Amino acid sequence: MSLIEVKNLTKEFPLGFLGRIKLKAVDNVSFELDESKLISVIGESGSGKTTIGKLILRLLKPTGGQIIFNGKDIKSFKPKDYYRNVQGIFQDPYSSFNPVYKIDRIFELVFDEFMPQLHRNQRQKEIEEILISVGMNPSQILGKYPHQLSGGQLQRILIARTLLLKPKVLIADEIISMLDASTRVDILGFLGELKQKGMSVIFITHDLSFGYYISDETIILYKGSIMEMGDTIKVFHNPMHPYTRMLLESVPSIEKKWDLEKFFVPEIVHKEISGCKFYERCSEATDECKRQVPQLVEIEENHRVACIKSDVSVRTEWKNFESSRKSDSVG
Amino acid sequence: MTRKEFIYFILRNKKFVFSFCVLTFLAVLATFGPMLTPYDPLEFASFPYQPPNRDHWLGTNTFGQDLFTQLVYGLRSSLLVGLLGGGLATFIGLSIGFAAGYKGGWLDEFLMMLSNILMVLPTLALLIIIAAYLPYRGVAIQSVIIGFTAWPWTARAVRAQTMTLKTREFVDLARITGCNNLKIIWQEIMPNMMSYVFMVFILQFGGAILAATGLDFIGLGPTRGISLGIMMQQATLWSAIQLGMWWWAITPGAVITLIVASLYIMNTGLDEIFNPRLREL
Repeated sequence: MSLIEVKNLTKEFPLGFLGRIKLKAVDNVSFELDESKLISVIGESGSGKTTIGKLILRLLKPTGGQIIFNGKDIKSFKPKDYYRNVQGIFQDPYSSFNPVYKIDRIFELVFDEFMPQLHRNQRQKEIEEILISVGMNPSQILGKYPHQLSGGQLQRILIARTLLLKPKVLIADEIISMLDASTRVDILGFLGELKQKGMSVIFITHDLSFGYYISDETIILYKGSIMEMGDTIKVFHNPMHPYTRMLLESVPSIEKKWDLEKFFVPEIVHKEISGCKFYERCSEATDECKRQVPQLVEIEENHRVACIKSDVSVRTEWKNFESSRKSDSVG
Repeated sequence: MTRKEFIYFILRNKKFVFSFCVLTFLAVLATFGPMLTPYDPLEFASFPYQPPNRDHWLGTNTFGQDLFTQLVYGLRSSLLVGLLGGGLATFIGLSIGFAAGYKGGWLDEFLMMLSNILMVLPTLALLIIIAAYLPYRGVAIQSVIIGFTAWPWTARAVRAQTMTLKTREFVDLARITGCNNLKIIWQEIMPNMMSYVFMVFILQFGGAILAATGLDFIGLGPTRGISLGIMMQQATLWSAIQLGMWWWAITPGAVITLIVASLYIMNTGLDEIFNPRLREL
């Protein structure tokens, strides 16, 4: 049984006068998260990835569908029982700390809410141990205000806070996008460690390379719908959806030179489309795409694509890669 | 801003120091002033029409009442109205602003509709009607009436601030730590707007004193006792200016002006203290 199961999740935001216009931020999304797995949710801004994170953290109420944790709907849990098991870290480390309090408060809150009986000395000891475990010097951190520390340090403190609770699931929402390149890998390393300790992580990002670097499974989101999902290696080495391919081609590489022709990005018009959501930007779209809503279809084991043209046979380069990978693992 | 810096900037701000001294002096006068005078504010003390002299520091009025005694007791009730009325208006404004801004949705719509209605209603007319219906009016009742009509602007401003603060990630983090809404508002959101809350209270304080004076002046003040507004009203009624009794006509108005002006100066001073961009270097 999977740890978290997201079933037909939909979230609409009301817009306009008395909410007459609805914006579908998340549209019929389903996926599962197994124990000690790292799954990355990748999408551009406005694709609904943060909304999914907030829905799982119960910071927003879904319009439709449900989220199941440990076999029970998350609505049925008491807040504290749920948050003991499911935790989150957010994008902006500077805004995650209340500027009027010292750093220590972030730990004190956790103790007050989840372990109120713990004695003061014991608390202090645990805080220090945990800060050391994320590679920080407690005497340099404690008693300081958030603005006196760097983004990387703050993000590490948030990881330390999560370690204090030892949840089963961690929602990491763009946790590295505000950091410099040198601290990023560092933070990602901690995520990897958490996974090895048996924690499941939902890693929300817009950065394909970091997603590839760290995750077991990948979900590609576009305008609130899943375009392609499955095993990370399969999604990245055998991308079947035109959007995934476009994203992969847009990753800067040392071996490639800038080629403007490849990117076809028309002005995005927010209107209700009856067919495929990617129709307007797709270079391979036909008239049928305009009419038919593509369903997620399993094209190989643990690899699903929502494109009506995805039944095209698996590409030969992928077959070669796959067979070489198998022979590697056999050898 | 640490406490040390805060005290440094407060002591360096002339506006704040000046107005604080004036207000402290007036508060001390209101508290201990009655001990300085042997008379009762409404009793016949001496000959009427006396200009200020050694026995009667601010003279006497047409009825032979001692005006210094009246001023001291009046100051007491005026400051009390400011404290109670202003405090109540701030409290209601904060509660409604926090609730509307934090909860949002239909509660927000409802509370803002309520505040809009109260804002559109002419407050003075409403105060007159309410005050006229009450057989007995004291300082407390007056404060309650003022408090219940003065909150809408505060509520609107607090709501707007709350709405921006609640989208900050530390609020989400407190929520996933399992804190309840009251704790989040009280410990996460409010400390971030403490300076604003303090300034709102000062403005409400001055506003309440002015509103009370207005009510007193048109004859809807406390039925018993004395206040600065009632002194002004009587001075006008008994033609103090025409009779050349400047000590009766001018003093209460001057004191009210002094209170409200120092409150407003204090407000600008605090603005400079809290907002580094306005600080003079």
